Amino acid sequence: MTGEKTKTVPYTVPVGPIHPALKEPVMFTFTMEGEQVRDVDFAPGQTHRGIEWMGMRRNPVQIVHLTDRICGICGLVHSLAFARAVEQVAEIEVPARADYIRTIMGELERIQSHLLWAGVAAHELGFDTLLYLSWRVREQAMDLIELISGNRVNYAMIQIGGVRRDITPEQIPKIRELLSTYKGLQEKLLQIFLRDASITLRCRDHGILSPQMARDLCVVGPTARASGIRMDVRVDYPYAAYGDLEIEPILPDRLTGEIRGDVYDRIIVRLLEIPQSIDIIEQCLAAMPEGNIIWEPKLAKLLLTLKKAKGEAVGRHEAPRGEVLHYVRMDGKESPTTWKVKASSYSNLMSWIPMLRGEQIADIPIIVASIDPCLSCTDRVAIVRGTGRSIMTKEDLHRLSVEKTRRLQR
Amino acid sequence: MKPTPSFNRSLWVFHLNSGSCNGCEIEIVATLMPRYDPERFGIKLVGSPKHADVILVTGPVTKKMADRVKRTYEQVPDPKVVMCIGTCGESGGVFYDSYSLAGPIDDVIPVDVYVSGCPPRPEAIIHGVVKALAKLERLEAAP
Repeated sequence: MTGEKTKTVPYTVPVGPIHPALKEPVMFTFTMEGEQVRDVDFAPGQTHRGIEWMGMRRNPVQIVHLTDRICGICGLVHSLAFARAVEQVAEIEVPARADYIRTIMGELERIQSHLLWAGVAAHELGFDTLLYLSWRVREQAMDLIELISGNRVNYAMIQIGGVRRDITPEQIPKIRELLSTYKGLQEKLLQIFLRDASITLRCRDHGILSPQMARDLCVVGPTARASGIRMDVRVDYPYAAYGDLEIEPILPDRLTGEIRGDVYDRIIVRLLEIPQSIDIIEQCLAAMPEGNIIWEPKLAKLLLTLKKAKGEAVGRHEAPRGEVLHYVRMDGKESPTTWKVKASSYSNLMSWIPMLRGEQIADIPIIVASIDPCLSCTDRVAIVRGTGRSIMTKEDLHRLSVEKTRRLQR
Repeated sequence: MKPTPSFNRSLWVFHLNSGSCNGCEIEIVATLMPRYDPERFGIKLVGSPKHADVILVTGPVTKKMADRVKRTYEQVPDPKVVMCIGTCGESGGVFYDSYSLAGPIDDVIPVDVYVSGCPPRPEAIIHGVVKALAKLERLEAAP
């Protein structure tokens, strides 16, 4: 059902790729029956920039800066997952202090990303005052990220073997100040989002994703946790400093005592993850050891080690949107032989289809936004041959995949 | 086309993502938020290119988006200003050697103001709008 337009019921409503409700290009085709969505199809791929292909022609230190730019909201998650994969291949041990700084930055990023999402969700509900409120408080987190890293977005904090900038003693009071500001705001945010009658009416029992469906579609992160699946890479597979800390995956029943897997539950999970991140940063500040922040500060030496590295590894990180996975294989050459990125939204996008079926047309924006989609992370493939369009089926993709594996084994 | 004097009093902006990493998008939205509040100068984001005076183009223009970028540009009524936000729209940036790019942006549509940075700070984006206004004033003063 691509672009087939009919004037009788069911009729087709195309949305995108350029549309005011979408910040990023993606093409939706809704099959409507009156106000009700009968079926939905979507075509991503508009932001495909061929990042993996470019990466396989650059050395790992150059790739770190490329990974920053896979997604502009999460400037750290991809570089951390990639660095962790390469560190495992090259058997590089990251200093403990660097692990703590990575954790602090990762959690600051989660705070700003969840506040950003809260604003977008409020905007999609038509509650623009709340958009302005959330984004105003988000600016304080951006200021702190800028103070630590030197940039608001794409902070380039990660280097293979550690981090590029230290957290100085003068910065610590500023971090604590921000944490106490957010602690004071928390109750207000929960009050506005969860006890507002119109938000509850719009979000309760809409866009439901059952636990079974969530498992079948392999969704990750807050979307999975809101459907009652206890999964969090920080707990299941600890890395950086997370192994030393007390963390529990956040499920919506913590607040309401029940799990419905609807849009409201996804709001609860994200809002509760902000105080969790504050708590993690506080634990990190208390336990942060002294020492080096990088395994080898001289780039030439680092590159020489990486050039000799052989093997394959997987690096994972719990991004604000869910698990990010980078697979790297290095064969003793300057650039990796294979680099595969699986962003969190890639796992989550398919959940749109069961969520949107049977919903009203006016609920489409909030349901689409409720999984916090990030398409620039996701678009790994685009087929552009001349001006014609073609669709690859699962069988075609499987055949290509088998061929590629054979090529690599040769 | 010569703009009328009332034109540059209130610029309406349309944002067009041509395959960007989201960094510039977020900074554009951050620019429109209460801290900077450009709406006091009449600058606001609109939903349709047909309502816009200025288009902010972000991203390096992927092949899939090139035709859509052109079509969106054609829908903006004259006189119009095109602002290219971010380094990858100027030169390709870190994506310079990608097989999937049809851009930089000025290969696809004419650009009036370039705002550099990866991503540019909100202050830089506002500075770019000031430059766009200056350009419009020059056009207005021309005989």
